[in-house]
Amino acid sequence: MNLLANLIPAGAEIFLLVMVCFILIADLMLTNSSKLFTYLLVQMTLLGCSVITVGTHVEGVTYAFNHMFVDDLMSDVLKLMSYLGVSMMLVYSRQYLMVRGMFTGEFMSLALFALLGINVMISANHFLTLYLGLELLSLSLYAMVALQRDSAVATEAAMKYFVLGALASGLLLYGMSMVYGATGTLELGVMSEAINNGVQNKALLSIGLVFIVSGLAFKLGVVPFHMWVPDVYHGAPTAMTMMIGSVPKLAAFAFVTRILVEGMQGLQADWSGMLTVLAVASMALGNLAAIAQTNIKRMFAYSTITHMGFLVLGLVSGTVAGYGASMFYAVVYVMMSLGAFGMIMILSRAGFEADTLDDFKGLNQRSPWLAFMMMLLMVSMAGVPPTVGFYAKFSVLNAIIETGHIPLAVAAVMFSLIGAFYYLRVIKVMYFDAPESHVPINLGADTGLLISLNGLGVLMLGLLPNALMWICTLSVQQSLLVP
Amino acid sequence: MSFIDVAFYLFASITVMAGMGVIVARNPVHAALFLVLAFCSAAGIWMLLEAEFLAIALVLVYVGAVMVLFLFVVMMLDINLVQLREGFWRWFPFGALLAGLMVFEMVWVLGSRQTSEVATAVVHGADYSNTKELGRLIYTDYVYPFEIAAVILLVAMVAAIALTLRRRAGVKSQNVADQVKVKKADRLRVVSMASEKKVASK
Repeated sequence: MNLLANLIPAGAEIFLLVMVCFILIADLMLTNSSKLFTYLLVQMTLLGCSVITVGTHVEGVTYAFNHMFVDDLMSDVLKLMSYLGVSMMLVYSRQYLMVRGMFTGEFMSLALFALLGINVMISANHFLTLYLGLELLSLSLYAMVALQRDSAVATEAAMKYFVLGALASGLLLYGMSMVYGATGTLELGVMSEAINNGVQNKALLSIGLVFIVSGLAFKLGVVPFHMWVPDVYHGAPTAMTMMIGSVPKLAAFAFVTRILVEGMQGLQADWSGMLTVLAVASMALGNLAAIAQTNIKRMFAYSTITHMGFLVLGLVSGTVAGYGASMFYAVVYVMMSLGAFGMIMILSRAGFEADTLDDFKGLNQRSPWLAFMMMLLMVSMAGVPPTVGFYAKFSVLNAIIETGHIPLAVAAVMFSLIGAFYYLRVIKVMYFDAPESHVPINLGADTGLLISLNGLGVLMLGLLPNALMWICTLSVQQSLLVP
Repeated sequence: MSFIDVAFYLFASITVMAGMGVIVARNPVHAALFLVLAFCSAAGIWMLLEAEFLAIALVLVYVGAVMVLFLFVVMMLDINLVQLREGFWRWFPFGALLAGLMVFEMVWVLGSRQTSEVATAVVHGADYSNTKELGRLIYTDYVYPFEIAAVILLVAMVAAIALTLRRRAGVKSQNVADQVKVKKADRLRVVSMASEKKVASK
C-alpha cells in the first residue's frame, strides 16, 4: 500500500505529535512569564487537529497501517469532542494552575500526550494499538496527577492511581493474550469472524473475556473495580481531576465498544451479563456513597461511578439504539463534568480550594449567574428535564426497555431517584444557605464565557437533542456493525 | 532424548528454580541475582528455538542494563529485612489460597479440551535471518505501534524530568557561563587613594 494512503487517515495524530514535540522544545526557550504563548500554541494545535480531522473525513470505514488504524465516523466524532474537551479543560484550569505555579509547559504537553493516547485508542483496530494508546493516556495522567510534588495528598493519589492502573493493564493484557490464544489474531475484525466461525477452546476464550471485562471495568471505574476513583479524584489537583474525569471517558467508551462490540459481537450473550452486574452495582453503590460525601470532589467521583454504570447499561441492550445512546451519554457526561469541575476551579483562589459543599453555600448571593449555571449542571447530572442529562438517561432507558430489560430499567430509575438527592442538595446549599465567605469571585472573561456556554449548552442540547443523537446513532451504525 | 531435549530441560529447570529463588531469597541482592540467572537461562531456551536475536537482546538489555541498574538501586537502599518479613505468616494462608486458586485456574484452562495438539515450529534454513525478519516486520506491518511505543518512552522521559527536576532557590552551584563572562571590572575594584606621605622617622 502506498505511503500517503496510510498517512492521510492518521493526519490529525501525526500533526498532534509533531506539534507536541515542537511545544516541548519551544517551551524551554520561554520564560515563566510568557507561558501564555505556549497556551495559545496548544489551543492553535487543537484547532488545527479539528480542521485536519474534519478535512480528512471520508465516507465509510478506512483502514490504515496494515489494519491497525481505523478511520470512521465514530472515531471522527469522538476525536472532535475530545479536542473540544481538552481545549475547555485548558481554559478552565489556566487561572487555577497559574496561581499555584503549575501552569507549566510540562502540564500542557502532558495533556496533549494524553490526548494523543485518547486519539490512538479511539481509532484502534488492533489489540496492540488499543493497549499502547491506553498506556500512553494512563502514563500521561499518572504524571499529571503527580505534578504537584510537594502535596502529600496528590502524591498519594498518583501512587494509588499508578499501582491500580498497572494492575488493570496487567489484567487486560492477560485477557488479551488468552483471547489471542483462542482466536489466533489480535485484529478486531478478524477476531470477530473467528469467534463467529466457532473457536475450539471456548473455556480459554471465556476466561480471556472475563479478564478483559475486569480490566475495562477498572479503567471505566465501575463497581467492584472503583476503589481508586474517589481517592484519585479527591487527591489530585482539581485541574488534573477534570482531565481524568472528562475526556478519557470518551476514549473509554470507544475502547469498550471496539473490543466488545466490534471484536466480540459473537460473545454478546456472555459479556452483556457481566456488564449488567457491573452497571447495577455501580449505580447502587455510587449513588448511595455519594450521599455521605461532604467533599464535592469526592461526591463527583461517586457520581462518575454512577454515570459510568449508566453508560455501560446502554451497551447491555446490544442494539444500535443502545450503543448510540451510550455514546450520547459519554459525550454529554464529558460536557457536564467539565462544567462542574470548572465551577470548583472558578470558586477557588490562591491558597484556597472550594472543594467542600460548604464552599458553595449562598453562591446565589455572591453571584446569581454562576449559581444558575451550577444549578443547570446539577439538574442535568441528576437527569431532570429539560436539560440534556434527562435526555441521555431517557435514551439509555428507552434502549434497554425495547430489548425487554424492564427490571433493569426500573432499578436504574430507582437509583437515579436516590442520586437526585445529592445533586439537589448542592442546589439547596447554593440558594437557601447563607454564604460563609464574601470574598469576591475572580472570574476571567474567558472562563466566564465558557461556563455560561457550558451551562446554557446543557440546557440547549436538552431542548434540541436530535442532531447530536442522530450523529451518535449514525456513527455507531456505520462504524461498529460493519458486516 | 536428543541433545536439544536435554538442553531444554536443563535450561527450563534452572529457570524455574531461579524464579523460585527470586521469591524466597531473604536478601534482595540475592533475589536480583537469581533474576539474572533466570533471564540467562530463558535466553538459552530462546537460543534453542533459534531466536538468536531475541536471546542476545535479552541478555544485553535485561541482564546487562536493566538488572545492573536494579542491583545498584537495591544495594543503595537500606532495607530492613526483619521489617520486610513482618506479617508474612499472618498473610500466608490468604496468599496461599489465592496462589492455589490461580494454579487451579491455569491447570483448568491449559488442561481443558483441544489444547493438546501442539503445532511443530517451522524450521528455516541456515541462511534465514530472524533479525532481518524482525526488522522487516517492525518497520512495515508494525510501524504504527512501534511509533506509539516510542512516544510512550518520550512521555516517560518528560514525566521523569518534570517530576524530579527541582529549581530550588539558594542552591550554591556554579554558573559556568557567568564565570566565563566575567570581566576585570566585575572583580577588581581600583581604589584611588592619596599616596602616603613618608613620615619622618624619629
